Amino acid sequence: MSQHKHQDLFDEPACAKNRDKDDKARKKGCGGKSLTPGNAAGGCAFDGAKIVLQPITDAAHLVHGPIACEGNSWDSRHALSSGPQLYRTGFTTDIGEMDVIYGGEKRLFRAIKEIISRFSPPAVFVYQTCVTAMIGDDIEMVCKVASERFGLPVIPVNAPGFAGKKNLGTKLAGEALLKYVIGTEEPEFTTPTDINLLGEYNVSGDLWAVTPLFQRLGIRLVTSITGDARYHQVTKAHRARVNMMVCSQALINVARKMEERWGIPYFEGSFYGVEATGTSLRTIAKMLVERGAEADLIGRTEALIAEEEARVATALVPILPALKGKKVLLYTGGVKSWSMISALHYAGMIVIGSSTRKATKEDKVRAEALMGEEGETIDNLPQRDMYRKLKNREADIMLSGGRTQFVALKAVTPWLDSNQERHNAYAGYDGTITLLREIHKALTNPVFAQVCTPAPWEM
Amino acid sequence: MASVAKSSKNCTVNPLKTSQPLGGASAFMGLDGCLPMLHAAQGCTAFALVLLVRHYREAIPFQTTAMNEVTTILGGKDNLEEAILNIAKRAQPKVIGICSNGLIEARGEDIRGDLKLIRQRHPELDGIALIYAKTPDYKGGFQDGWAAAVTAMVDELVEPDFARHLHQINILAGCHLTPADLEEIRDTVEAFGLEPIILPDIAGSLDGHVADNWVQTTMGGTKLDDIRRMGCSVATLALGLQMEPAARVIETRCDVPVEVFPRLTGLLAWDNFVAALARLSGKSVPASIRRRRSQLLDAMLDGHFYFGQKKIAIAAEPDLLLGLTGFLTDMGAIIAAAVTTTDSAALPLVPSQGVRIGDLDDLEQAATDCELLICHSHGARIAERLGLPFFRAGFPLFDRLGAAHKLSIGYRGTRDLIFEIGNLFIAADSHHHSAKGGKDAPVASH
Ligand code: SF4
Repeated sequence: MSQHKHQDLFDEPACAKNRDKDDKARKKGCGGKSLTPGNAAGGCAFDGAKIVLQPITDAAHLVHGPIACEGNSWDSRHALSSGPQLYRTGFTTDIGEMDVIYGGEKRLFRAIKEIISRFSPPAVFVYQTCVTAMIGDDIEMVCKVASERFGLPVIPVNAPGFAGKKNLGTKLAGEALLKYVIGTEEPEFTTPTDINLLGEYNVSGDLWAVTPLFQRLGIRLVTSITGDARYHQVTKAHRARVNMMVCSQALINVARKMEERWGIPYFEGSFYGVEATGTSLRTIAKMLVERGAEADLIGRTEALIAEEEARVATALVPILPALKGKKVLLYTGGVKSWSMISALHYAGMIVIGSSTRKATKEDKVRAEALMGEEGETIDNLPQRDMYRKLKNREADIMLSGGRTQFVALKAVTPWLDSNQERHNAYAGYDGTITLLREIHKALTNPVFAQVCTPAPWEM
Repeated sequence: MASVAKSSKNCTVNPLKTSQPLGGASAFMGLDGCLPMLHAAQGCTAFALVLLVRHYREAIPFQTTAMNEVTTILGGKDNLEEAILNIAKRAQPKVIGICSNGLIEARGEDIRGDLKLIRQRHPELDGIALIYAKTPDYKGGFQDGWAAAVTAMVDELVEPDFARHLHQINILAGCHLTPADLEEIRDTVEAFGLEPIILPDIAGSLDGHVADNWVQTTMGGTKLDDIRRMGCSVATLALGLQMEPAARVIETRCDVPVEVFPRLTGLLAWDNFVAALARLSGKSVPASIRRRRSQLLDAMLDGHFYFGQKKIAIAAEPDLLLGLTGFLTDMGAIIAAAVTTTDSAALPLVPSQGVRIGDLDDLEQAATDCELLICHSHGARIAERLGLPFFRAGFPLFDRLGAAHKLSIGYRGTRDLIFEIGNLFIAADSHHHSAKGGKDAPVASH
């Protein structure tokens, strides 16, 4: 049973989320047990695994299963690529009834062959799903045979949806990277300022709002493993000097094992907001210097931060008066539950509530400390209650993901996408300016007043 | 007569098809006070939900039995029971629409039996209809799931009543019809003094209204009591060949005659529909409808220049494919490539040499020397790569506004289609001319 198999994954000593749990809860792990039938939301393990790996943009990503898994979900995220587009091609074995009866391994093997001969990718990732797992298709075996036959990495990602939630899939994807990818090739050269990012998906170009900062500091990004990545960069990630985990503990297993195997220290940070961006840059500089980079990196980093902060302040002058004192309901979760708060406080906005779903105890404490008396942390807010809050005008704007967009709009409340379907980069200094400008745009749009005006015959 | 071929590839490249359970759940969205639910692991619902929300731009009620590895092995009954009880308590629906996925069906679970047992154990569920549609995702596609769900609805609810209600007619609506299409159908039927029971009625639930309060089920849509009395109607009009099996269930049970309308787009197609209404109601065709017909005639004359001999590549579910290709060839265009999702009685009727059951890669390969591409939103990148004008049709449409309000049937819908598609041709032609005049045509980016 993979429930058992996955046990040690969640026996993750460095995972803050896990440290918070008592012994019994920890054993139960973050797997599938806690889902309530008839009252559950969120993606499956397969979903989580694909989110992590798909941004390896030059690889082919093949989903072994019936059409539900890939057909209903392909090419739906805004994780951008600066080059190859193959990752956006939806590949699936789309198994039929005969495969269910006789097994789908042969079809899988032939599908891998078709992809390799037509698209010649540097590697193929093969994703297991529920039905094919249940009928016992051995994707590890098929991948191994295919790998040998075609002389190319064919990587099994064994995270079928019914094994658990998204979070589990993220970790399993990390395990696949550690087992089959990272450390399988040596770089031609290294520098004392080589870093990796983990958990930055380059949603709507977030990564590109940060990379120019690295360039100005002479920091070399070996690979952003989970965003705008290339296969042959990820294989060499083990020679970097520092790992930064961006906005998530989901890939802590990768960070920790890279430290264990190759001695790469890691830290967790965020690029949302002026404050968090500064802190992250300082930490990278400090850690690189500790590992042998030139000491002047620290001073140069401070200079860059000062310059950028002044630039942000100037850029925001025209819109700040309209934002000041406006109330925000933040429904994002994870690290964003606090990192976004500081970005909003920067503009003098009041955060009346922040969802701490998928957040660690530390995240929650930080969010609470930041909001103080003004707001509360919310775990899960049922849509009905969310609607009531907004209808009662407890908030002037809600920031959330697409799934709750229409709760806000039906309550005639301004809304801004803060998750993966948005069209703007919100990371780094430029991202902060964009975020606050977008909020300003939403808050000052005249449609809300019109929609709230009753028809003349109803007055 | 089109010959039907199936792709022999092992790897689907850029899927055209979405899943059967998603189609089934979408049909349940057209019932009033309904909470659709997938009997599957939770990820299926999450993906389907995101797609529906992006298409309709609405909050969508949608649940899951949240199967996991252990419950898959032990059997899904406990999860099904717990889910139904939780939903009943929390959302107070009038009906729960249950669609199974491959995980459940591959194990051959007896869901009907499970539901019977659950009912016996929980009399508190007596006021809630529980409707089960068998929709494994390793078979068929969205359209099949929709059809299975509608068949399940009438099978479960229609009462064996033979008292005829003279003005009442049943309209079974296929998944190729949008809320705007259904509104047009309702208006037209009512213009003849007939009282339609439209099933499923997504125009009631997914037309984008702003309501005064929050409910956790669908709002609007076909009322259960109306479905129960469908046996009293004078006729069932099955819109789309996919609706014929459901219509036959009512016919067998209550002797209600069936008329099937394979398509409603195009002059002659809608003429048939209007003529049937005139016949059933005994009334003459109202002036407003005649006027619209005359507008369409004019549009056809104005527009035909731009359609004649144009080569078109199209990918769509069978009934939508038939409707659009029929209309396009009515206007003089040629269907050079037709790709679809699943087998259907509609396919041999498609006016092209062949129809391929395949994926968007098949479409891309076949479309190279075409002059227009028609597909759902995933086709946009193909059109871009091939440098072709692109017309969006089908599900999902996530990169444009107003999917629910796209009208493409009837005299008005056909007229608007002529303008919309004709304008695409005009724009492409003038672009072509100016490109010839010296400047290079912009190269579509990869
Ligand atoms: S839950 Fe299973 S069947 Fe459903 S999408 Fe996830 S992997 Fe596919």
